[in-house]
Amino acid sequence: MCGIAGLIHRKGKSNVGQEMTSMLQALKHRGPDSTGFAIYGEPEKNTFILRFKVAEQEDLDGALKIHEEIRRRKDAVNQTLKTLGVKVSELEDATEYAFRYVIQYDGDMKVLADHVEDIDGAEILSIGSGLELIKDLGDASVVSGAYGLGDFTGTHGIGHTRMATESDVDIRSAHPYWAYPYNDIAVVHNGQITNYWLMRRQFEREGQRFVSNCDSELLAVYVATHLEKGHTLEETLKKSIDEIDGVFTYLVTTKDELGMAKDSMAAKPMVLYESDDMVALASEEVAIRAIIPHEIDTWDPYDEEVRVWQA
Amino acid sequence: MAGVNTSTDIGHEMGLHTEPLKGRDIKTMFSLENEGGFAYAFAPDVDFNKRGSVDCEGKEATEINGEIRELIKSGHGTVVLDNPGAKHSIIVGILHRMNFIVNGSLGYFGCGLLDGPMVRISGRVGWSFGENMMAGVCVVEKNAGSTFGAAIRGGDLVCKGSVGSRTGIDQKGGTILVGGDTGAFSGFMMQRGRMVVCGNAGKNLGDSMYDGTIYVGGEIKDLGVDAVPADLTDLDKAWLTRKLTQYEMMPKSGVDHFTKIVAGKQLWSYDNLEPSEKKLVL
Repeated sequence: MCGIAGLIHRKGKSNVGQEMTSMLQALKHRGPDSTGFAIYGEPEKNTFILRFKVAEQEDLDGALKIHEEIRRRKDAVNQTLKTLGVKVSELEDATEYAFRYVIQYDGDMKVLADHVEDIDGAEILSIGSGLELIKDLGDASVVSGAYGLGDFTGTHGIGHTRMATESDVDIRSAHPYWAYPYNDIAVVHNGQITNYWLMRRQFEREGQRFVSNCDSELLAVYVATHLEKGHTLEETLKKSIDEIDGVFTYLVTTKDELGMAKDSMAAKPMVLYESDDMVALASEEVAIRAIIPHEIDTWDPYDEEVRVWQA
Repeated sequence: MAGVNTSTDIGHEMGLHTEPLKGRDIKTMFSLENEGGFAYAFAPDVDFNKRGSVDCEGKEATEINGEIRELIKSGHGTVVLDNPGAKHSIIVGILHRMNFIVNGSLGYFGCGLLDGPMVRISGRVGWSFGENMMAGVCVVEKNAGSTFGAAIRGGDLVCKGSVGSRTGIDQKGGTILVGGDTGAFSGFMMQRGRMVVCGNAGKNLGDSMYDGTIYVGGEIKDLGVDAVPADLTDLDKAWLTRKLTQYEMMPKSGVDHFTKIVAGKQLWSYDNLEPSEKKLVL
């Protein structure tokens, strides 16, 4: 089933970490397997936030010498960054297997991403000037608590509670998906994409990389590819409704935008609240009411509806 | 079930259907003459003037519905719900006449499986509101989600705002009134009853409808398979005027501009089916 949610503040920053946690916790019943956040803080000039992991949570239980292996993989990532000339100004161990680095780098992000992911077990969760992408097994309060999102201030974000139907229960298959290798773009999705393999093979022939077998990852690759070609987010979302088959509602964030697209059957739910100060949308109104407890006017976007809001 | 007989005539007299049925007829009807009237044998004796309330704040749906049932048991014929907070599956399976006043919004599957109560909701409702309603009245003052009035068999289901997609999917009777717009696939596989949309209708309106009537005051994006326009008669106009006036939804421009959509009946040869086969379809 899965639950998705997003919000964007139109007049400055807010406690987006706590707001997204509350929204996703209210959607816990739609997907108990994993929870993910893509939240956007204040970008700093010439600085990027790199989030990556070197193991899955389940690896900690099964593999012999995994702790030693995690340390080895992390050292390998550090060495790779050093070789590429990446300056790391802050290092944070979010968990034993997931890390947050603040970096300065003026080279090609694709080169950086490809070199890091060449290391066995290493996967980049996100790179961006404002984007922080966090995802792990457990409900929203568990993941938010583990990664310390309660104090995070920013302008906008999206999130996802996952009920695994198409692929495994692991971080690799959890949403949001970062739109490799482009900065600050993330996607969450509720639905099924029926021409996933056909489109994935087309993208792979063009050199795009997929890290999971989750159909939702296709949307991230699709959006990234079209934005790279110079399309606006709105144009990209509209095009996706024609080219992607299946039933879906998905949300996309860039460093200063939040977008929404709904398939031609309108088969997946979305409730929208819009005011002068903020826009909030979610699979169920209870998620919006988790941050706006008083009575509000909401409505369901229609089939093939595309909306984009600016921070 | 109290007050029930198996007369084959009452249904026709009440105008529930007009086509001649052949062969075996197994429908059962409530009798006007019986003391029980239109009530089930197990219907509680409630006083409409006895009012109780439930504060939904911090409560799960099961707890809220349990409190409602306790109030009914103690004879309350009017129940007020405060702070419903868009919670799901509230006011379900009420099979007798009584009043509900909801101060706020409901979530998904609100007012499902109703047979008799009158419900007024000041806010909006989520997906599948009023699903499978048999009788009664539900009035929603704001917007509603998709599959509004799915498979209803009777009663009046009213949304004064706009509704989502697939409104009245599998509608088997009753009336759905929408003050604003409706989304795609509204009236999909409609089998009986009437749907009125004062605003615009999305694509594939009335797709694969067997029977029933859809009236649209605004623009129709396109019609579904076997849905065809029909002449808006004086009887249609009179009925529309009465219904829309009753719920204070009458457009300033009147009802003359409404488009009437019915089944072309080319798809399933529904009218050639025996009653037992129709029962399977329905």
